[in-house]
Amino acid sequence: MIRLERRPTSSKAWGAASPLLAVALTMVAGGLMFAALGKDPFLAIRTIFWDPIFGEFAWYFRGQLLVKAAPLILIAVGLALGFRAGIWNIGAEGQYIIGAICGAAAGLVFYPAETRLIFPMMVVFGALGGFLWAMIPALLKVRFGTNEILVSLMLVYVAENILASAAVSWLRNPDAVGFPGSRNLSQWPAAANLELIEGTGAHWGVMAAVVAVIFAQVMLTRHLIGFQIRLTGAAPRAARFAGVRPARLVVLCLGVAGALAGMAGLFEVAGPAGQISIDFASGYGFTAIIVAFLGRLNPLGIVAAGLLMALTYVGGDNAAGNLGIPGAAISAFQGMLLFFLLAVDVLTNFRVRIGARKVAPFSGGPG
Amino acid sequence: MDLGAISPTLLIASLMVAATPILLAALGEMMVEKAGVLNLGVEGMMIMGAVAGFIAAVEGGSPWLGFFTAAMAGAGMALLFGFLTQVLLSNQVATGLALTLFGLGLSALLGQGYVGIKAESLGRVDLGWLSDLPFFGRVVFGHDPIVYLSLVLVAAVWAFLRFSRAGLILRAVGESHDAAHALGYNVLRVRMMAIAFGGACAGLGGAYLSLVRVPQWTEGMTAGAGWIALAIVVFASWRAGRVLIGAYLFGGITVLQLNLQTAGARIPVELLSAAPYLVTILVLVLISSRAGRGGDAPADLGKPFHASA
Amino acid sequence: MTALLDLSGLTKTYPGVVANDGVSFSIAAGEIHALLGENGAGKSTLVKMIYGLVSPDSGTMRLSGASYTPQDPRAARASGVAMVFQHFSLFEALSVAENVGLGMENPPKLRDLSQRIREVSEAYGLPLDPARRVGDLSAGERQRVEIVRCLLQDPRLLIMDEPTSVLTPQEVDILFTTLRQLAKEGTAILYISHKLEEIRTLCDAATILRGGKVVGDCNPREVSAAELAERMVGTALVAPKASKALTGEEILRVEALSLPPASQFGTPLRDISLSLRAGEVLGIGGVAGNGQDELLGALSGERVSAAQCVFLEGQDVSRLGPRARRKAGLLAAPEERLGHAAAPDMSLTENAAMTAAARKGLLWRGFVDWAGAKGFAQDVIAAFDVRTPGPGVAARALSGGNLQKFVIGREVLQDPKVLVVNQPTWGVDASAAAAIRQALLDLAADGAGVIVISQDLDELLEISDRFAALNEGRLGAPVPTADLTIEQIGLMLGGAHDMERVHV
Repeated sequence: MIRLERRPTSSKAWGAASPLLAVALTMVAGGLMFAALGKDPFLAIRTIFWDPIFGEFAWYFRGQLLVKAAPLILIAVGLALGFRAGIWNIGAEGQYIIGAICGAAAGLVFYPAETRLIFPMMVVFGALGGFLWAMIPALLKVRFGTNEILVSLMLVYVAENILASAAVSWLRNPDAVGFPGSRNLSQWPAAANLELIEGTGAHWGVMAAVVAVIFAQVMLTRHLIGFQIRLTGAAPRAARFAGVRPARLVVLCLGVAGALAGMAGLFEVAGPAGQISIDFASGYGFTAIIVAFLGRLNPLGIVAAGLLMALTYVGGDNAAGNLGIPGAAISAFQGMLLFFLLAVDVLTNFRVRIGARKVAPFSGGPG
Repeated sequence: MDLGAISPTLLIASLMVAATPILLAALGEMMVEKAGVLNLGVEGMMIMGAVAGFIAAVEGGSPWLGFFTAAMAGAGMALLFGFLTQVLLSNQVATGLALTLFGLGLSALLGQGYVGIKAESLGRVDLGWLSDLPFFGRVVFGHDPIVYLSLVLVAAVWAFLRFSRAGLILRAVGESHDAAHALGYNVLRVRMMAIAFGGACAGLGGAYLSLVRVPQWTEGMTAGAGWIALAIVVFASWRAGRVLIGAYLFGGITVLQLNLQTAGARIPVELLSAAPYLVTILVLVLISSRAGRGGDAPADLGKPFHASA
Repeated sequence: MTALLDLSGLTKTYPGVVANDGVSFSIAAGEIHALLGENGAGKSTLVKMIYGLVSPDSGTMRLSGASYTPQDPRAARASGVAMVFQHFSLFEALSVAENVGLGMENPPKLRDLSQRIREVSEAYGLPLDPARRVGDLSAGERQRVEIVRCLLQDPRLLIMDEPTSVLTPQEVDILFTTLRQLAKEGTAILYISHKLEEIRTLCDAATILRGGKVVGDCNPREVSAAELAERMVGTALVAPKASKALTGEEILRVEALSLPPASQFGTPLRDISLSLRAGEVLGIGGVAGNGQDELLGALSGERVSAAQCVFLEGQDVSRLGPRARRKAGLLAAPEERLGHAAAPDMSLTENAAMTAAARKGLLWRGFVDWAGAKGFAQDVIAAFDVRTPGPGVAARALSGGNLQKFVIGREVLQDPKVLVVNQPTWGVDASAAAAIRQALLDLAADGAGVIVISQDLDELLEISDRFAALNEGRLGAPVPTADLTIEQIGLMLGGAHDMERVHV
């Protein structure tokens, strides 16, 4: 019989090792999944995890890696702050969409002006859009005690409808015919989110992600607000006793996450995506949840997790092209990763004891 | 716009059809939450039910086989959640999210070859002259068996929780797992059974979408229905009768906005499509401002239990 | 007389601790048998084995001569063993009848059960309304639910774990009458307590546990309380002396403080007024659940009241939160150590910074000086003899007594003007309790005002200058402790607000 015994102090070693173990287990399970799909599992794993970094076309894929990782990291860092405090914003996808729409709309007002101020202004509006969208669940929670999980999630569907209406009507490119969408921002120099170092894929979003990670890391480990966030997550009642105001934390955590997600949306729409279109929403807001947990809600961990998750996207595309592995397999793969992570996490707080709890103890003894 | 084109008879009849998937899922989740477990993976279990049910119905040629498979798939997903949260004591919120993300991915994968084809659907129950009655015949007596099953299930869940000893034990476990454990009840077993029941219900609800309501398989077809089911449990203050009201209310809004769209109402289509979600938020706000600090929620909802002797 | 329950050589080991080490004794039918010991002496583990919650590693139990090996509490109940828990095993949202039914193997229909509850509760002088929700009952009434639940199953052995800690002295008398009546009818009672006087009045025999071992059996009526105490503790304790400092200026004043209940089953605070002088220890007694937590929360600033209710040195602090009150010198230590006074999964350093960051100058523009926090944690550990490998250890790894010393020490070393503590020695071993009490007395001697909220009347009589009773959220007028007897306190706790009568 196997039983669990609570550790007096959580294990630091397992805390660091469990994501690695989870990745390894996911590769095994993923390999089985690919085998079940009739593909060579070793080839599939290599195509996804090895070739994009070290393969023949790595020069192309490596750039893609940063492009995909930047929004994931940016969003996940914001989410992690909230998750640490027990504030569950799972509507980052909606904040991402609204940020993109707001930023794009703010820029397009000035089309076709050519001034360097337009792009920074778009970034501000993108962040503002995401922030305001996140304020809806935040203020409802603070004012009425409404569950932020459900509200933020519902707002994703609302945001998707706003996106549709923006793409087909009020942001639609008046000069274009065919598939509906806004003007192409990436082809408008004043608004384009440019690649800063050629060939690396590093656009302004990558810079923003780096800054956000450093900022969050310092805040969590050194600053009182970070301490209050951790304290609230670890022991809410103790946090109130210490003087933390839960309402303020809700607004802060959701606000920061919303602003970062909105910014990520703007960087995406002005760069890799190029325009507001019906299929702009790509699920980064949801995948970022996995990234946040895989990174152990730790900003530096999130960088690694974001890169890994980006690799599954890039490698997944590669596998789809070369091996015909469906894109959905990658989503399943990512979900599996989170499952395994949660499962092996038990080792951080519990010791696994193998051997029977003495069930038949009435042996021996006098009398 | 031509409001005359909206027939109240058809509206009510289709309301029941629209509400049934959510009703089933919400009813199951209510039992789970009554036992003190918060499973946020309803969406994932529903979509797995939808795809598994559809595949089984296509391959096996029988919608009943489809519904059975869907219930099993939902329960299987739920037990995965149960194993992680109850045995390995993982965080329930995170695990529920993982279940949803995993379900969405896996269902898309499994359903790849089944997009755009039709499965055999359920016939209406023929209740003879009752079904021929004007208005009532169509509204009350003209549905498929699952609609009636869902109604029977509402009554059964209500009676189970209110009158049976097993129901009392389930409520007790949700109120205080420590006290229930001290009295010698097996908290883990009670919760696992509730979780499996919840998963089976969600699976059935998902299959109802893919086999009756739509009826075909498309990726991500649940479109937030599972989350709305979760909201309805809160709206219903954890009572079976009110789950029914909540689900039908929601079904009504969904059907109404669809009817308004086809009737050419001068309201943007996007606003109409977003209406069900907006209304859900509104209802949540009204409920939470009235109930204050979740007065009716089971006291140990979402708390992990470890029987450290 | 043949033994009803016979324990022999029971041993139970947990990682790092031998909870029970070869425990043997027996209980006869109709006997009230005391199990006496300090917190951590192994009483709970022993009882859990008898009730089937834990299996012994070795040793045997016999019930009426037959081998007795309960696999779970149900089996224990089926054999006629019933138990009233220290921390109630009740469900607040369910009715009395449903709660009773859950504790029975084959409960009758709800209506019949309600009838039976009425009959039994009246026969034993414990009136109960079966339809009421348990969450709405007082602590004393809740205990009745547990007792009635046991009695309905005609137990042969009734285990009572610290039953009087939640009762007023008058309720204790009622309970003892009931227990004597039961014993007369042939039920054996295993009575667990560390309150010596109670055991001397009630019990026919006593087994004393220390460090998991039986260190003595005796007839408690023939042995003095002091002797019992010495055997229980192992060494004679030095009782802390009450300070004789003259009462100084008024330092804290509360005027007509009222707060609605924070939760569904919470207690409101009703019109509380008090005045605390520098150098004074004010003891606030009361039965659990009469507003102790709420009063502490209202003073610490966790719940903010209307303006003009709480004054510290004449300044209105009513609208200030915990951090601002701490800055002003009003500190507190709540009852629940894990999760309220301290964050279980965080290190002692982090827990030290939790309340001390501002007052100990550990903040610079919002940045926390972790090195300084570690230093402060080490100071607390050293000054209060907290047994721990170091400040990096998680709070939950500490024993109850050590964590309590840490929590109290953390506040005391911040040099408060006023310190409010709730249950400062609850669940703490005797030597740690003595150290904590002494620290509180020293703090008052240095000129701080101290409010001790406690359910331990002996403790309050020992350290406080004045005593006031908290009852259903109302605070009675304080009375100098020197003038009081336990009986008078009992009346005050029972809600006799007419202090004149108590004085006579």
